Amino acid sequence: MQYAQLAWLIPLFPLLAFATIILTPIKHNKMLSSGLAILMMVFSWGLSWAIFFVDQKFLLHEMEARHPYSPAIDWLPTGTTVFQMSLLIDGLALAMLFMVPFVVTMIFIYSTGYHNLGTPNVEPRYSRFFAYVSLFAAGMLTLAISGNMLLFFIAWEIMGLCSYLLIGFWFEKGDEFGRLSPRLSALKAFLTTRVGDVLFFAGLMLLYAQVGTLNIHEALTHENIEAMKEASFGIAGLFAVPVLPMIALLIFGGAVGKSAQFPLHVWLPDAMAGPTPVSAMIHAATMVAAGVFLVARMLPLFEPLHGGSDHLMVVALIGAFTAFYASTIAVAQNDVKGVLAYSTISQLGYMIAALGLGGLVAGVFHMLTHAFFKALLFMASGSVIHGMEHGVHHLHGHGEHDEHKVHAEHGVAAEPKQHAHADDHHGHIDPQNMWNMGGLQKHMPITFWTFMIGGAALAGFPFITAGFWSKDEILGEAFHLWQKGEMMGGLVPLIVFVLLTLTAFLTAFYTGRQLGLTFFGAERTEEAKHAHESPPAMTIPLIVLSIFAILAGFANIPEGITIPGIPGHYLGHMLENVHLAANEEAYHGLPFDWRLALISVAGVGFMALGIFAYRGRASEPLKALGPLWTAMERKWYMDEIYQFLVIRPAVAFSQFLYKVDGSWLIDPMVNNVGKLGRNWGQASAWVDRNLVDGTVNLVGIIANESSEGLKRLQTGRIQNYLVILLGGLLFLAGLFFR
Amino acid sequence: METFIPSPQGIPWLSIVCVIAPLVSAIVTLFIPSGNDNAVKMWANVASFAIFLGTIFIWLFAGYDPNNPAYQLGEVAEWIPVLNVDYRVAIDGLSLPLVVLTGFLTWISIFYSTRVINYRVKEYFFLFLLLAVGMFGVFIALDYFLFYIFWEIGLVPMYFLIGIWGGARREYAAIKFFLYTLTGSVLMLLAILGIYWGTGSFNLVTLPGLMQNSEVFGANGNFLVKSLAFWAIFIAFAIKVPLFPFHTWLPDAHVEAPTAGSVILAGILLKLGGYGMIRILMPLFPDTFNAYWIPIAVLAVISIVYGALVAMAQWDLKKLIAYTSVNHMGYCMLGIAAAASTLDRGPELMESRAIALNGAVFQFIAHGLITGALFLLVGVIYERAHTRDIKQFGGLGAVLPIFYGFMAITTFASLGLPGLAGFVSEFMVFRGAFGVGLQAQPILAILTGIALLGIVFTAALFLWKVIQGLFLGTLNEKWANLPDMHAWEMISVVPLVVLFIFFGLYPAPILNLINQGVVKILGMMS
Repeated sequence: MQYAQLAWLIPLFPLLAFATIILTPIKHNKMLSSGLAILMMVFSWGLSWAIFFVDQKFLLHEMEARHPYSPAIDWLPTGTTVFQMSLLIDGLALAMLFMVPFVVTMIFIYSTGYHNLGTPNVEPRYSRFFAYVSLFAAGMLTLAISGNMLLFFIAWEIMGLCSYLLIGFWFEKGDEFGRLSPRLSALKAFLTTRVGDVLFFAGLMLLYAQVGTLNIHEALTHENIEAMKEASFGIAGLFAVPVLPMIALLIFGGAVGKSAQFPLHVWLPDAMAGPTPVSAMIHAATMVAAGVFLVARMLPLFEPLHGGSDHLMVVALIGAFTAFYASTIAVAQNDVKGVLAYSTISQLGYMIAALGLGGLVAGVFHMLTHAFFKALLFMASGSVIHGMEHGVHHLHGHGEHDEHKVHAEHGVAAEPKQHAHADDHHGHIDPQNMWNMGGLQKHMPITFWTFMIGGAALAGFPFITAGFWSKDEILGEAFHLWQKGEMMGGLVPLIVFVLLTLTAFLTAFYTGRQLGLTFFGAERTEEAKHAHESPPAMTIPLIVLSIFAILAGFANIPEGITIPGIPGHYLGHMLENVHLAANEEAYHGLPFDWRLALISVAGVGFMALGIFAYRGRASEPLKALGPLWTAMERKWYMDEIYQFLVIRPAVAFSQFLYKVDGSWLIDPMVNNVGKLGRNWGQASAWVDRNLVDGTVNLVGIIANESSEGLKRLQTGRIQNYLVILLGGLLFLAGLFFR
Repeated sequence: METFIPSPQGIPWLSIVCVIAPLVSAIVTLFIPSGNDNAVKMWANVASFAIFLGTIFIWLFAGYDPNNPAYQLGEVAEWIPVLNVDYRVAIDGLSLPLVVLTGFLTWISIFYSTRVINYRVKEYFFLFLLLAVGMFGVFIALDYFLFYIFWEIGLVPMYFLIGIWGGARREYAAIKFFLYTLTGSVLMLLAILGIYWGTGSFNLVTLPGLMQNSEVFGANGNFLVKSLAFWAIFIAFAIKVPLFPFHTWLPDAHVEAPTAGSVILAGILLKLGGYGMIRILMPLFPDTFNAYWIPIAVLAVISIVYGALVAMAQWDLKKLIAYTSVNHMGYCMLGIAAAASTLDRGPELMESRAIALNGAVFQFIAHGLITGALFLLVGVIYERAHTRDIKQFGGLGAVLPIFYGFMAITTFASLGLPGLAGFVSEFMVFRGAFGVGLQAQPILAILTGIALLGIVFTAALFLWKVIQGLFLGTLNEKWANLPDMHAWEMISVVPLVVLFIFFGLYPAPILNLINQGVVKILGMMS
C-alpha cells in the first residue's frame, strides 16, 4: 500500500504544471512549458501505474469488499454535521488509473509535434495549450479517484471548462468549409453539456438530501438503496414520484450530456473545431468516457439485479439508439474528423447500452479499449490533416511560414492575425475533407498502418483487435439477457442486440469507407500528392497506441479461449467487488460464443466493402439514396430542430422579459409611482402657493390694511399718548381690582 | 450559556475599528487643505487599509471565539434612556465575515478609486469613508433603533457617490436609488415603532424572546398586525436585496455609479437586505415568516430565472452584471425561504435548513467577491474604451490576454463553476432547499427544480455575451492598441480572485463562523 497513500498527488502533478505555466514566465519558453507539462504527466503516470501494479492486490483483496480504500477529510460544516471530501481507489478507479494517465501522456507528446514545436510554424499560443491540457488532465485524474460525488462533480465541471477553452482555442477563426467556428462550437459544447450537468447536479443534491452523504461507498449501500426504493416524493392527491428512479435518471442526465448521448449529442461533432490532440484526448478517449464512468460508478442506483429496473432500461435503450443513430450519420460524413466524431458518439452508445443491461464489466472494458483505439484514430487523422496541410502549404507558397515567424517573434501582441490563413481559404482546399485525399498510404506509411490498426479495432476485426473483444462482450450481454428473457421478457435486450448488431455492420462499413477514401486509390488532389509523413513526435505515440489497440483486448478474454500467459477475465476480476456492490451477485464472465463472433466476421466483409467501394472513387455512390442520404448528411436535422425549438424561443423570451422589465411593466410602475409623487408634490406646491401661502399673504394684507387705520392713532402728540396711557391703566386697574 | 459576551478588558474594539476609525478618518479628510488631492488619496488609502487590518484583528486577535455562537466583543452604553434605546454592538458568526468583507471591499474600492477619481476628490473619499460607517454599523448593531440609524447613514453617501461621480443619467439613478430605499426605510420605521409599542424594547438580543411573549406579536398574537409589521420590514429589506419586483433601481444605479460605487453597492449594500432578513426577521417573526414562505420562495425563484433571462437580453456590460446580481441574490433568498419553510426541528430537517441558510450567507460573501471583481473589470475596460456596449467589442482575447484571463475566471466563478466560491453557495442552497423539499415541503422541491434553470441561463449569458462578445472572434481594429491591465488594476483584482478561488476550494474557514451564527438563528426560530 505504499503508493496508494500518495494517490492525491496524481492530479496534483498536472495541476502544478498548469499553475506554473499560467503564473510564471515559463510560459514565454515554449519548449520548457511543454517539457514541464509532459514531465508532470509522466510523474502521475508513473505513480498511477505503481498503484495499479504494486498495490492492486492489496487494495482489491486485503481490504474488505464493502470498505474500499477511501481516505476522507472534513470539507465544510453543515449545521451540526460535517461534509467530507474523499478519494476512492477500488477496481474501477484502478482501471481508469491504468488508462487515463498513459493515454494522456501519449497525447501530450504527440501535441509537441502537432503544434510544430521547433519549427517556424509553431503555434503562438503553444504554452497556453499545454497549460489547458494539464488542467484537463488534473480534472480527469481527480474524477478517476474521487470518492465523493461532489468532488467528482467539481472535476467533471473543470473538464467541461477545459473542453470549452480548448474547443475555442483558435477563437479568432470563423466558419470554414461549412464547419461551425471554434468559438461557437465551444459555446455550444459548454451549454449543451451544462443542461446535462444541471440534471446531474439536481440528482446529486437529491441523493445527498436523501442519504445524508455523498461519499460513494457510504451513500450507495444496500440499506440506502432499499430505503430510497420505498421513498416517494410528491404532493398528496396530486402526484407521487418514486425517489430512486428520479435520482438515478437525473444523474444519468449528466452522462447523456457529457457522453454525448441522444438527444444531447449535438455538441460533440462541432467540438472537433479544437486542435486534434484535444479531440483525441478530451472528446474521444477520456472526458466523454467520464459519463460512462459515472453510470458505472452509480450503477447500484439503477438496481441492475433481478431483471433490471425500468430506469435501467431507459439507459439501455438510449445507449443502443444513440449507437445506431450516430453510426447512420457517420456513414455520410466527408470530414475525416467528422466520421470519427460520430463514431465516438456511436461507441459511447455501446458502452451506455452495456451498462444499461447491467453489464458493468463489458461497459468498462469497451470504454478502455475504445480509449486506446479512438485516441489512436484521432491522432492518426490529425497526422493525415497535418500531412495534407503540408501539401497545401507546399502548393500555395511559403509566405505563410514567414508570417508565422514574424508573429512568433512578436509574441502575444501579434496573435490576432495568426490564423488569418484559416479564414482566407479562397483557392485552398479543405485539408480535412476525405474527398480531397486518396492514396495517402504511399506518402504517410506509418500513419496509414496505425490508422489501419485503429480502424480495424473500431470495426471489431476478429480476434486480434481490442475492439473485437470488448464489443463482443457487449453483444454477448444483450444476447444472454434476451435468451434468459429478462427485462420485459427479453424485449429490451433483443432491441439492444438488434440495434447494436446493425451498428456493428455500419461501423465496419464507414470505417472501410474512411480508409478507402483517405489512403487507397489514387490521389484526388495535388495537395494529397504533396502530403508527407509527420515527425516522430507524432508517429511514435501512434505506434505505441496501436500496440495497445491490439493488446488491450486481452484484458478480459472470455472463458473458452485460452491464450498462454494471459489470465482470463482479468478486468472482470479487478472489478469483482464493484460488480458485487452493484449487482449483488458475483461476476461470472460470459463464455465465448461463436455465433456472436460471426457478427464481427461479417463486419470484416463490410469493412472490405467500404474500402473497395470508395478507393479511387470521385463521387459519393450512396447519393442515390436521395433524401435519406441528405438527412443522414445533415445529421437528421437535429441542429435545426434545436435552433427552432430551444435557442430562438429562449433568446426571444429573454428579450420579451427585458421589455416587460424595462419598458412595459415593472420599471414603468416604479417610475409612475415616482411621477405620482412628483405630481402630488406639484399639486401640493400649487395649494401651498395659492391657498396656504395665500392665507399667509392675506393675513399680511389684512395687517397692512389695518395698520393703515391704526397709524392714524400715531399722532406724535404727547397729550394723545397720555390719554391712551391713562385709559390703559384704568382698564388694567379694572381688571385687577375688581 | 451566555448569549452576549462583553469585549475582553472592556476595550471597545468594534466601536474603535468599525465606527470611530472610519468616522474620524472621514472627518480628517475634510481638514486636509484643498488642492492636496494626493494627500487626500494617500490618507484615504492608509486609513481604509488600517481599518481593513482592524477587521482582521477583530476576527483573529481581539478575543473572538469562533466556536462560540454567542454575540461577542459586546459593548453597551445607555443612549436615550427615556425610549430604552441603547448603543449596543457585538458580532457573531453571521456578522463577522460580513464585517471583514466590508473592510476588505472598502479598502479595495478606495485603492481602485485613487487612480480613477480626479474630480472633487476630497468629498469623494470623505463620503466613501462615511459610507463604511453605515455599512459596518448595520452589521454590528444589536439595537434596532441603532440599526436603523446606521441603515440610513449608509444611504446618503451612496446617493452622492452616484449623483456626483456617476454617468450620464446619474441624477435620475441617484434619486431613484435614494427614494426607493427610503420608501422601504419608512415602512421599516413604522414597524420598528410597532414592535417597540408591543414589547417596549429595541434590544435585538432579547427581542426574539420578548416578541414571543408579547400579546400582539406572540404565537397567539394578532396575525394581521404581525403580518403588517412583517411585510413592512420585509419590503424594506427586499428592496435592498433586491428581490423581484423591487429590483429596477439596481440596474440604473449600477450603470450610473462610478466603478468603486458599483463594487460597494453589489458587494456590501445588497447584503444589508439579506442580512436584515436573517438577523431580524427570522428570529423576530418566526411563525409569520413561516406562514409566508411560499410567496417568498416564489419571488426568489422568479428573481433567479427572470434575473438571468433579462440579463441575457442586455448589451450594456454593466447592466448585464447588474441583472445577474438579481439572479445571484435570488439564491440567497431561496436559501432563506427554505430555512423558513418549516419550523420543524427534527435532525434531518435542521441539517437541511442549516445548509440552506449557510449557503445563503456564504453567497453574500461569494457574490461580494465575485461581483466586486466583475465590476472592477468592467471599470478596467470602460476606462480604456469609454463604452460598455458589448456589440462594439470582440477579439480582445488576443490584445488583452491578462484582462481576458481575469475576466474569464471571474465570469466562470459567477456562473458557478465548481472549484470557485460561487459554486459552494449554490451547492449548499440547492442541497438545503431540496432537502427541506424532500423531507417536508414538496412545493419547495419543485420551485428549487425550476430555479435550476437559472444555472443554465447564467452560463449562457456569461459565455455568449461576456466571453464571446468581448474576447472571441475578430478584433475590432479600433481596439488594436488598447493597453493591457496595469499593475495597480491587477492589485485591486488579484486579492478578490485569490479569495474566491481559495474559498471555492476550501470554504471551511468562513463557513465555520457562519455555521455558528446560522445554527443560533435557527435555534431562535421556534
